[in-house]
Amino acid sequence: MIGLQLQTEQLTLNYGEQHIIDNLSFEIPLHKITVLVGANGSGKSTLLRSMARLLKPSSGHVLLDDQSLQSISTKEIAKKLAILPQGPIAPEGLTVQQLVKQGRYPHQRWYQQWSGEDEHIVEQAMSATQLLLFKNRPLEQLSGGQRQRAWIAMTLAQETPILLLDEPTTYLDMAHQIELLDFLFELNRTKNRTIVMVLHDLNLACRYADHLVAIHNKTIATQGKPEHIVTSEMVQEVFGMAAIIHEDPFFGTPLCIPKGKGRRIK
Amino acid sequence: MKAWTIRLFQGKVSLQLSMRWLVALFILSLVLIGLFIIALAAGSNWIPLHEVILQLTGYIDTHSFVIGTLRLPRILLAILVGSSLGVAGLILQAIVRNPLASPDIIGITSGASFGAVTFITLGTGIISMQLLPVAAIAGGLCTALLIYIISWNKGVTPIRLVLIGIGIAAILKAGISFMIVFSNAVVTTKAYIWLTGSLYAASWSDVSAMLLWMLIPVPILLVLGRSMNVTELGDDAAVNAGIRVQSQRFVFLMCSVILAGTAAAYAGGIEFVGLMAPHIAKRLTVRAFNRLIPLTALIGAILVLVADIIARTMFLPRDIPAGVFTAAIGAPFFIYLLFHNRNR
Repeated sequence: MIGLQLQTEQLTLNYGEQHIIDNLSFEIPLHKITVLVGANGSGKSTLLRSMARLLKPSSGHVLLDDQSLQSISTKEIAKKLAILPQGPIAPEGLTVQQLVKQGRYPHQRWYQQWSGEDEHIVEQAMSATQLLLFKNRPLEQLSGGQRQRAWIAMTLAQETPILLLDEPTTYLDMAHQIELLDFLFELNRTKNRTIVMVLHDLNLACRYADHLVAIHNKTIATQGKPEHIVTSEMVQEVFGMAAIIHEDPFFGTPLCIPKGKGRRIK
Repeated sequence: MKAWTIRLFQGKVSLQLSMRWLVALFILSLVLIGLFIIALAAGSNWIPLHEVILQLTGYIDTHSFVIGTLRLPRILLAILVGSSLGVAGLILQAIVRNPLASPDIIGITSGASFGAVTFITLGTGIISMQLLPVAAIAGGLCTALLIYIISWNKGVTPIRLVLIGIGIAAILKAGISFMIVFSNAVVTTKAYIWLTGSLYAASWSDVSAMLLWMLIPVPILLVLGRSMNVTELGDDAAVNAGIRVQSQRFVFLMCSVILAGTAAAYAGGIEFVGLMAPHIAKRLTVRAFNRLIPLTALIGAILVLVADIIARTMFLPRDIPAGVFTAAIGAPFFIYLLFHNRNR
């Protein structure tokens, strides 16, 4: 897939009168997995949403291949960039296949609603997310993990070089979190898709991110490879929490162990 | 799920229709055609069914006045009004993402009624009654615009539309009552009959005027209907798919207003059809908005046609407003829906 550069230029985002992100310029590395982390309310989701034009900047720009998002037709953007919003809800009775099909919308016209390509890509998206068996089931009958995968299948069917995900692991148990992140990792490694996501779990972020971006105080506190930037000072600054940073015994990536109370058996 | 895929001109034109949808469409069409013939036969004197068909196809000409002049326009108007009301409700339910929305609940019908009652109380005897539909449509449009403008705050959200709509509807209803109380008995009776919704004295000019109004929403729905399938997944999903959500919402709201407004203009305040028809359609088959449009139109037409057959035959020689019967089924249906949705 072709590379598409996504970056922000002196971006300021407001919620009401309040600044959430102030004058931020940064670039998403191509073909890599970028993870945004930060404390609750730090503005990481807001930043992600603005990069997908779900939120208008109060000043500055989000640039897609050096063009401001506001100057590109929104349907063109939809062919290049897809976002999975946080906690989406489907209308009652909608089946997996009906949902995934909606991902093809930007590629269709009113008289061209179901091309051979559409059919193939929807089938592929459902097979990649292991949902083929459930394709005629209504979403409300699926487990949380399956439902989340259905939404991801919809964004996959959009066939965009850039994929943004806002806390895709929320409401998932540990096994499903790993399953989902492994899937996105594979997608990035085999299909070269640029992936940007917001994650809450710093340890999983360190494990899957090629590029980690820590948001604090309305801007980026630090960014880079997790193994270069995650230190106890950084965790203290960004999350306001005392922690020890170890090396993960299996993956070698940084492992954050928060200090605090609890049972101590060693 | 079985489906039928159509691909023409090397795939330039393509669409997929589910079998269940096609079957539903076929059966509903048959039901409507059947009712259409029965409706032509029924009335103060019963015309045998075979004679109705012979008259329609032009083989005999014995019933041209009763069928051609009296019954046919009224029945066609019932069909047009019913389908308009049904689709107007379907659109509103999709816009506000609430299964309890319908043109009568969020104030559009009240706006049309306000326009019409104002016309009846102030205009009777001064302006020709034929302009009543204009007053009703203008009332519906103005009300919808007012609701839209008041709801605007960097865009319009579904919940603001509903709440402000309900508020405006209440004010308008108060206004209507005020006007009725302060006018003389003749005007009051006229206003009441109009408010309940009657197809009495429908004429061919009403039918053609309504058809003319349909020329605006029908092509829009045909081309843009599909985009609403996506917007039903939420505003974020719609923006992600490249839909300009605010303009879409405005265009669909205007379609709904035109449909509900014209229906009210020619048949008065026939209530609850906009609520019931989309629900029945959703029960029958697929959830996709654009596929629900024709089914909802057929069901709406069937509901109003049945109501009107009952209204003009059950209490002969009296002609009861059809709106009485749609309300009689519709109100319990609404309560059932409220009950069904209580945990959502």
